[in-house]
This record gives sequence, structure tokens and C-alpha cells, in this order.
Amino acid sequence: MKSLQRITGVAAPLPDADIDTDVIFPARFLVMLDKKGLGRCAFREWRKAAPPDAPFVLDAPRYKGAEILVTGPKFGVGSSREHAVWALADLGIRCVIAPSFGEIFFSNCFKNGLLPVALNETDHARVMAAAEAGEPVTVDLEAEHVMLADGGRIGFSIEPYRRQMLLSGLDEIGAVLADKSGAIAAFEARQRDAAPWLYLSDAQLSVFDDPETKESA
Amino acid sequence: MNCQRHDPTQGRTLYDKVWDAHVVAQDEDGGALIYIDRHLVHEVSSPQAFAGLIERGASVRRPDAHIAVADHAVPTKMRALIDPESLTARQVARLEENTRKFRIPYIPMGDARHGIVHVIGPELGFTLPGATLVCGDSHTSTHGAFGALAFGIGTSECECVFATQTLRQQKQKRMRITLEGKMPPGVAVKDVVLALIARIGTGGARGCAVEFAGPSVEAMSMEERMTLCNMSIEASARVGMVAPDETTFRYLKDKPLAPKGALWDAAVAAWRTLRTDADATFDKEIALDVAAVAPHVSWGTTPADCAPVTGRAPDPAGEADPAKRAQMIRSLNYMGLKPGARLSEIAIDKVFIGSCTNSRLEDLRRAARIVEGRRVAEGVSAIVVPGSEAVRAQAEAEGVHRTFLRAGFEWREPGCSMCVGMNGDTLAPGERAASTSNRNFEGRQGPGGRTHLMGPEMAAAAAVTGRLTDVRALAGEQP
Repeated sequence: MKSLQRITGVAAPLPDADIDTDVIFPARFLVMLDKKGLGRCAFREWRKAAPPDAPFVLDAPRYKGAEILVTGPKFGVGSSREHAVWALADLGIRCVIAPSFGEIFFSNCFKNGLLPVALNETDHARVMAAAEAGEPVTVDLEAEHVMLADGGRIGFSIEPYRRQMLLSGLDEIGAVLADKSGAIAAFEARQRDAAPWLYLSDAQLSVFDDPETKESA
Repeated sequence: MNCQRHDPTQGRTLYDKVWDAHVVAQDEDGGALIYIDRHLVHEVSSPQAFAGLIERGASVRRPDAHIAVADHAVPTKMRALIDPESLTARQVARLEENTRKFRIPYIPMGDARHGIVHVIGPELGFTLPGATLVCGDSHTSTHGAFGALAFGIGTSECECVFATQTLRQQKQKRMRITLEGKMPPGVAVKDVVLALIARIGTGGARGCAVEFAGPSVEAMSMEERMTLCNMSIEASARVGMVAPDETTFRYLKDKPLAPKGALWDAAVAAWRTLRTDADATFDKEIALDVAAVAPHVSWGTTPADCAPVTGRAPDPAGEADPAKRAQMIRSLNYMGLKPGARLSEIAIDKVFIGSCTNSRLEDLRRAARIVEGRRVAEGVSAIVVPGSEAVRAQAEAEGVHRTFLRAGFEWREPGCSMCVGMNGDTLAPGERAASTSNRNFEGRQGPGGRTHLMGPEMAAAAAVTGRLTDVRALAGEQP
């Protein structure tokens, strides 16, 4: 995973509240089998509906190449589809700043090198104003603050494990496999004893046997 | 707030008990590696997870802990005519290929056990009290109805569960929602949960694991509890739970994958301990008197935009907060409604009875009682999509399907269908639906489509009158 330490640049403002993952990534595109190239589907309806003289913010020349998106509250609520994050990442977005997030979206961000920053309303309003003014914004994950063009500094806090994951570009699954396999096996041994009904037997599962495999077996 | 360290002198909640029983490793910063007992897999959120496994050369740690089924994008009619080159068919083929490769139990379309993940998990007895259960779908909260700790995850987390059978999680805050009183005639659990979300908002339970409790919940069937827990996520709670009781055990006994014999007795004894202790405390508590709830419908584009069907859409002029006012104007514009419009005068084009929220046998029976002896209104097209083959078979055995067919409904094959609109069951731009699904977001049921959420009886009433209708008025009339 791509690591993330510090980003500076214009921030695209999208002040609506409750932007759900259906709006970010419409369901009809969920038939895709890859993670790459999904950016063209992002916000499809909103982009299509925007008149040529007032394009959707991520298509506006002023915000070209923006890596930071500043949105209204509850960004990413709704469906768990990680496609919403993949699509934003594909558009080059590395950080989303909002007063609050949909929880599954929030968690999905960290798995894809994207930093979601939750700010209180006052601080968020300052960043939104900077974004709307087209002023450069810096997000520093190492220092855990946002810096504005006027020198203002706004602190934020990210759970240490997730912060470290983004800073180092850590492969979380690889890390669990490397460090926790023993603990997982020990847990399973204990649980098999305490709650054996959670382990389905081959006989119970035989109803799912694939006839093709069965024939060849 | 830091809730993960438990004070041993204080009682524990249902959520605490299931959480504690699944901690593999506790981190310094409050996060924990949690063991996952059950994983439901579907065609839409899994391809990239399997691709990740293949890329890293990892195997599936416990194939017996997963069940896969294609539900999200599958057609609900004329399945024989599926174009094998279509993107949907390719996605289903990929799921078949992946489950075969990793030896994961797979239920094909047309199989007697096929259906929506959140309908078949309980039907099979795959969903059990006290288990941790995940799925790459936000409505996984449904399974909390059994006292399982169940929550929706993203695709990267699906990959992590395949490879490690664990997930790193932060513990949620605890919230209890107590439902008191008895639902009046004509009022269903969907009305209760829509009224609840209208009151607390789409962020009302954010960061919380919700426990639904109180006499009203205790009196509910498993189907009703599933509808309730299913909608938790619409108030931003990833987890909604009900303590398991005799109703739960009765439902699960003899289900194909539920424990049998002595193991069943041992399991039930353990499940009986899954109750919130009397001295346990919650971070947040609210109560709702269900006796005061009227049938609800949504008027806007979030599930909190709901009101009694006897009421009106709001007037933005009366909203003081400029941000909320702007949002309200946007919602009303999208929905094509005038400020203050009378809800019971809104004409509809389509009716959808189905989805993981309201497609179980009890839902269909209740809707059929309203439809009996009536006809779908002129110009309205109405479909019923049973949640599973088992629901379909039972409904057909009882003749419920004939009631719908006689009235002019279409009777379909199971799947997510018009709830997520991936399979061609969609609304055209500007079309308006009465829908028993869970989300009325912009474009959810098709670009430009307008969704009014409601319960199955209310959707049935809308189908026969052609407009949003108070089912209580209809129930009193002779058809």
C-alpha cells in the first residue's frame, strides 16, 4: 500500500451533507471485477447533471489534481462498497476532511492509503473556507495537523495503529499472518473446546459439495 | 471516550459478552484483534478480496467458516436467458471459480437454499447467538437479531477474514434502545424503525453497538427483530443486537447447520447467559413508545426523512438552520415534491416488496392480507421478490403467491433486486416507488428514481390505491 506522510495542494470543496456511497459510486457499476480505473464512475450522476459552465467540483479546472476533498458531515454513509474508496483513490484523492464519516467507509479508507480526517464544526468550516477560496491546504499525518495558508494550524487525531499503517504503507493482512498466527491458533483451540458448535463438521458441510468435484473425487 | 477496558466490578452488556469472548489479542491503543466465526460471501464485494488472496499466495484459513451465494445482481426473472457474456454473469462465474478454488461452500442460483445472504444465513442456522458474523454488506447488522455480533465490512476486510479469520476492530460505544408498549393495529416494525430513525437522525447511533430491548422487542418474532436490526445501519450503527431468548431458540432448532442433540443443549445453555447484566451501563440510552407510532413513509433522500403517512412533507421555510434548509430543498427537488405536500396524495408508479429488510415469509403474508381481493391500481407495476427459495416455496405452498398474482403483482425469483437496482429491476428517471427496502438515497433504485420507504402492508396498500396510503384506512374497508 502507498504510504502517506504529508500532502499540500488545493482542496476540492463538496459541502453537501450525507453524501452516501451510492452517490459516490452508483450501484450499476458494482459489476466491475477490478479495483483500478473506477474513478470514471465516481459521482457519475452528479457529474453528468452538472452544466458545462459549472462543472462538478472534481472536474473544475480550478481543482484539477486536488488530492484533498473537503465534504459535509456523514460522508460515505450507507453501503459498505469499498468501490467508493477505490474510485476516489483512482481520481488521485489521498485525504478526505469532514465533520463525520460513515463508519465502514472510514475503515475502508485506511486499507487503501486514504486518510479520513474528522474535524469539529468550527475547524471544519475554516478548512472548507480555504478550499472554497482555492488556497493551498497542507495535511501532515506525521504531525497530525492541517495547515492553512494563513498559518493557522488545526490538530487532529488518528488511532495510532491506523496512523502507523498509513505512514509506513503497512500491509495489514501480511502483518497479522506474520505476527498473530500463533495467537489465532491458540484462540481456536480454546474456542473449539468452549463453543464446539461454532465449528461445522464435514458431514454438516457435505450438503454444499460441488457435484463436479464430487464426481472427480 | 475509551470503552474497551472493562471494569471487572461492573456488569457487562450483551455486546460486551460477545466481544470479550472473541478477543484474540488486545492492543495498547484500545484496538483488538477479534476472531470471526462466520462470513457470508456474495458476488459483488468478493472478487477483489479473492484476487488479493491469490496475489499474496495466501489460502483461506477455515473454509468451513464461510458460505457464498450470488444475490446482489442476479436476475429475478427469465434466468435461463442470462447472457453469459454479461458483466453480471461474469461476476457470478468468478464467484463460482473462486469458491471452488478455495473450497468454500457455495449455493448456486436455483438451489433450494439460494437467496439473499441476510435471509439464508438465519434459515440455514449458519447465524447463531454469540457468534461473530461478517459480510461485505452493510445490512449484516440483520443477524444481530439472534444475539450475534454481526457487522458489515469492506472488501479488504473480507480478504483479511479469508486469510486470517480475524479483524482488527475498535470497540464501539454501547447504546440501548428500549421499545415499550404494543404496536397498534396496522403498524409494523418497519414503521417503528423509520419513526426511530426520523427521531434520532441518520447519525443518531454513530459509533455505537445498539442493543434493542424492552417488552415490545421481547414480543417480536425473529422476522420482526431482523427488520429492526437490519435498519440499525441507517442510523449509522454498524451493530444492532437483541438478546437471544426462547423465540430465538425455537426459530433455530432443527435448522440444517444449527447444532443437534447434546451439542444443541450445550449451546442453548451458553446462549442463555447472553443477556445484559442488570448493573451494566450504557453510554447512550433512549426509549420509544411504539403504541404512539403511526404508519410511516419516507418523503426525502435519507432514511431519516420520514413522517407519518397522515402528515405532510416539510416546508423548508420553517427550517431555521440554513444547511438543513438547503438539504431539505435539495431532497424535495429530487423527489419532485412541493413543500408541505400531503403524503397520502403522492401517486406512485412502481411497488417493490422485497429486500433483506422485508422479504421474509411473514412480510409476504402480511402484505398479501392487504392485497387479498383487491387489484393493483391502473398504471402501477408491482413486484414481489421473495428473500429466498425457501420463502418462495413456502409462500407458494400456502398460496400467498396466488393472492399477489391474482391482484396483478409479478411474483419473482429471489435476490436483492430493486433494493440495489443492479439486475435491471430499477426505476426510470422520475419514476416513483413504494418500496419495502432500506435506502431512499438519490439514484439508489436507478438514476433519477424516487423511492418512498415503508413496510410491506403499506407498500401493498400503495399498490392497490396507486398512491401512498394509510393502510389502517384500507384495512377497515371491504375490498
